Amino acid sequence: MFDDFFIRALVAGIGVAFVTGPLGCFVVWRRLSYFGDTLAHSALLGVTMAYSFEFNIAISVFIISSVIALILIQLQRKTNLPGDALLGLLAHSSLAVGLVVIGFLTFIRFDIMGLLFGDILAVTVNDLIIIWAGGALILLVLKLIWKPLFASTVNYELAEAEGLNPDRAKAIFTILMAAIIAISIKMVGLLLITGMLIIPAAMARNISDNPQKMVLFSIIGGLLSVIIGLFSSLEFNTASGPSIITASLVLFILSLLKIKQSIQLKN
Amino acid sequence: MGTNSNTLVKLKNAGYQQNDKWLVKGVSLEVEKGKIVTLIGPNGSGKSTTAKIALGIYKKFDGEVEKYTNKIGYVPQKVSIDWTLPLRVRDFMVLTENLKEEAIDEALSLTGVVHLKHKNLGNLSGGEFQRVLLARAISKKPELLVLDEPVQGVDFTGEIALYELIKKISEELNCGILLISHDLHTVMSATDHVVCLNGHVCCSGSPSDVAKNNEYKALFGEQAAQTLSIYEHKHDHVHSNEGEIKKN
Repeated sequence: MFDDFFIRALVAGIGVAFVTGPLGCFVVWRRLSYFGDTLAHSALLGVTMAYSFEFNIAISVFIISSVIALILIQLQRKTNLPGDALLGLLAHSSLAVGLVVIGFLTFIRFDIMGLLFGDILAVTVNDLIIIWAGGALILLVLKLIWKPLFASTVNYELAEAEGLNPDRAKAIFTILMAAIIAISIKMVGLLLITGMLIIPAAMARNISDNPQKMVLFSIIGGLLSVIIGLFSSLEFNTASGPSIITASLVLFILSLLKIKQSIQLKN
Repeated sequence: MGTNSNTLVKLKNAGYQQNDKWLVKGVSLEVEKGKIVTLIGPNGSGKSTTAKIALGIYKKFDGEVEKYTNKIGYVPQKVSIDWTLPLRVRDFMVLTENLKEEAIDEALSLTGVVHLKHKNLGNLSGGEFQRVLLARAISKKPELLVLDEPVQGVDFTGEIALYELIKKISEELNCGILLISHDLHTVMSATDHVVCLNGHVCCSGSPSDVAKNNEYKALFGEQAAQTLSIYEHKHDHVHSNEGEIKKN
């Protein structure tokens, strides 16, 4: 009924959604949307590195994004610039350097659009293994650091005072962010990865009254977005990333109706 | 103050500076099991800073901190919960430790807010939230409780009840308490040791000792000295004329 490439894309997208669901909640809670953007922009540099040295894209992106995250932490410590300025600096300079490097790589044919907005045709069986194995690993680590990470998200000082070591949890979470970007870049594209993290989580926030529910709804929202998005991508021949994100936007708008309802109920 | 097996946390000449300004300097104090140590002092005198040094929240401090326990319950002075987090009282109770339902209910009952268990944290009043904060801190049966103005915003009768509860907890759990409070009246009757801060240790000792101290009087005024001694009297049944303190 469907072509193999489509089944692969679907399986890949479902794998990604399972991971972006919970991570996205933390991105929303900890106000890390721009941090996610910065890592995603730097992913382009990672991709060009992968092409230059004929290296695996996911691993290369993961390494470059982690390095950018480390640089960011260093800059935050050493300079007096505000956080958003540093994020913008790193996001745009790494994107620019990535594009310049692409200019030099004339011997390779680049599908820039696919890179920026995702390409379901590009998902290979190898990518599936990386997404599902990497995704499972990310979720496992997230489960291990859940308590300190969540506690310090609610209140850093409480977590620190009561011996949960929130700094370590934060550092590990940063690496997880780099990892999710690395495994989802082919599906969603680097310009839209943060949308995949934020929008389902934002939708979930509208309809949940506790953190567990929000994570669950965020995963469900992500899954629905991927499935609806990919089918419409196939149907209308649109890029996969924008289709998925548009689907998640529709879900978000629907969740607003629920808020309106509950406000009316209160009054 | 020699270190003994009852010591939970000990500060030796501790200080902390931020942006080249000393917030507090030269603080030495010790909290032992079953004892309540109260920090008093005007705004900006370094009370919360001292507590944060003791708790390990500030890492680049001066002097020495020895900590002999990891079972700590903390009620911070300010907690702002973000509306982006959907959080019920129940979720907040298990923030740093996994508790059984009975333990959650028990702690919430002690501070009189068990009926709020399934409410959203953002919908609580200031006093209700303060009771939840205290319940959370005691629910894990800590060895050391650090309470930074734990009854702010609590109604008058509630305030007295909560201070009684704090005293009861220190006896029942045999835990040490580092208490920060502006409320000289209610606190003093329960305190074993008072440290009066004003950027440095202005004076310290038993409540009656501190009340007699001239620096303390200069800092808080004669009225406050009266307050302390009145409570000393009630506590120890020492009587005197004209507010003068006689020792047992």
